[in-house]
Amino acid sequence: MYPAPFNYHRPQSLEAAIGLLSRYGDDASIMAGGQSLIPMLKMRVGEMTELIDIRKLSDLDHIEQRGQTLHIGALATHARIASAEVANQIPLLRECGGGIADRQVRNMGTIGGGVSVADPSGDWPTGLAVLDAQLLLTGLSGTRLVSISDFIVDAYTTCLESCELVTEIQIPVPPAGSGSAYVAFKRAAPAYPTASAGIQLTVKDNICTAARLALGAAAPVAVVCRDAEALLLGKEITTELLESAAEAIVAVAEPPPDARGSEAFKRAMLRKLVVEAGQRALGRCRGEDVSGAHHYA
Amino acid sequence: MHSSEQKVIVEMTVNGALYQREIEPRTLLVEFIREELGLTGTHIGCDTSYCGACSIVLDGLLIKSCTTLAVQADGGVVETVEGLEKDGALHPLQSAFSEHHGLQCGYCTPGMLMAAKTLLEENPQPDRDQICKGIAGNVCRCTGYVNIIKAVDAAAKTMQES
Ligand SMILES: Cc1cc2nc3c(=O)[nH]c(=O)nc-3n(C[C@H](O)[C@H](O)[C@H](O)COP(=O)(O)OP(=O)(O)OC[C@H]3O[C@@H](n4cnc5c(N)ncnc54)[C@H](O)[C@@H]3O)c2cc1C
Ligand code: FES
Ligand code: FES
Repeated sequence: MYPAPFNYHRPQSLEAAIGLLSRYGDDASIMAGGQSLIPMLKMRVGEMTELIDIRKLSDLDHIEQRGQTLHIGALATHARIASAEVANQIPLLRECGGGIADRQVRNMGTIGGGVSVADPSGDWPTGLAVLDAQLLLTGLSGTRLVSISDFIVDAYTTCLESCELVTEIQIPVPPAGSGSAYVAFKRAAPAYPTASAGIQLTVKDNICTAARLALGAAAPVAVVCRDAEALLLGKEITTELLESAAEAIVAVAEPPPDARGSEAFKRAMLRKLVVEAGQRALGRCRGEDVSGAHHYA
Repeated sequence: MHSSEQKVIVEMTVNGALYQREIEPRTLLVEFIREELGLTGTHIGCDTSYCGACSIVLDGLLIKSCTTLAVQADGGVVETVEGLEKDGALHPLQSAFSEHHGLQCGYCTPGMLMAAKTLLEENPQPDRDQICKGIAGNVCRCTGYVNIIKAVDAAAKTMQES
């Protein structure tokens, strides 16, 4: 399968990339790793005549901590994030990035692409919702910072303006006593999750002082539920408590019945994934060395 | 300029030899390798990013060449299955696949070998689970994977000894 013909541009700077975007408007498309875009071009979905390749732009693939914030360049690949040392303090990053597709896709695909695609089953939108991530967007008139929940407005739809790019993802480093986890159920490695759940907990003297939960592949956008999180706050986390939080968040989810499973199947799966992720995160709050992986059909 | 008229020059090192070609930017890396360079060891299976038959190594990283444009490899270093054999001697992975019947029809084998090669570079002593994860992006319709896993394990041991 061949993509339709296009003109190829490889700008040497971010400014040049934005310049090309403003010059060509809707005829242009940005390409980072190409792992979502190239399959679409091969299927001839969407029209595009100017391809702007930003993969090799320098200074956009950093993964570093500054103060209490982790800064991840938009061009950092899933594989590099999953194996980055600084990501160790946020195990969710390792499980989210390291569980996307297979090694091949993870070596090319980027976090900036992953959020920009805004696939309802995409792993980064869910994982980053748990982590309260902010996205740095750069356009013609400078930069702006938006939360991941404001960034993704609907399935496959973001708040990006036509000449804007995602340039960085900023994640608050959680306080001591925190633990996070992300678990998905997938039919195979190179397939998007059927359902996924992420969680981050902070525990002090056995009492939960902060909680964030999100579900993926469970609605057009990542499902968050402050009421479910509130059930965990101020209490000692137990399996029963995790089950009631799972019940509460799954109640507001709208998992679409499709080839991957019925709605009832997905709800049951989501509840199980929340509890499992919660138990893993809790162990990590306690400083235990908890490993784990996604489930494959 | 009409878009279909654009041609670009790409240059890359493939299995140690430098190649330069003028191509349409829409050329997929797998087509470049097979059609422009005549290296047909790299296979096209699904052509939709799912089977891994087209797996090659670009700048040290395993990728799917059906989901990569040749222009993305411009200036890069590519390794394909043809580069595994050195001076007439099979790579330990190739010998192990032969010895342990790690292939039947052989369609998936070039991609499997490149996946296994990069896996052993990253992790020279993988356990069974790590081997399975390492080849999770490569589909085999024949072997049921058992002998492939055996072959990778055996090659890992041979490579440790030598
Ligand atoms: C076989 C296969 C399996 C997959 N499985 C999963 C999975 O399990 N989970 C998952 O989450 N994903 C999965 N993916 C998608 C993968 O994670 C992609 O890497 C990701 O969705 C897009 O990243 P990219 O860098 O490849 O973006 P590209 O394909 O280059 O771009 C995708 C889109 O985002 C835009 N874009 C890219 N970067 C930016 C930026 N910095 N600013 C603004 N716009 C930008 C592009 O214009 C384009 O429209 C899979 C892909 C394949 C091929
Ligand atoms: S041919 Fe490339 S993944 Fe199947
Ligand atoms: S040997 Fe036939 S597909 Fe693997």
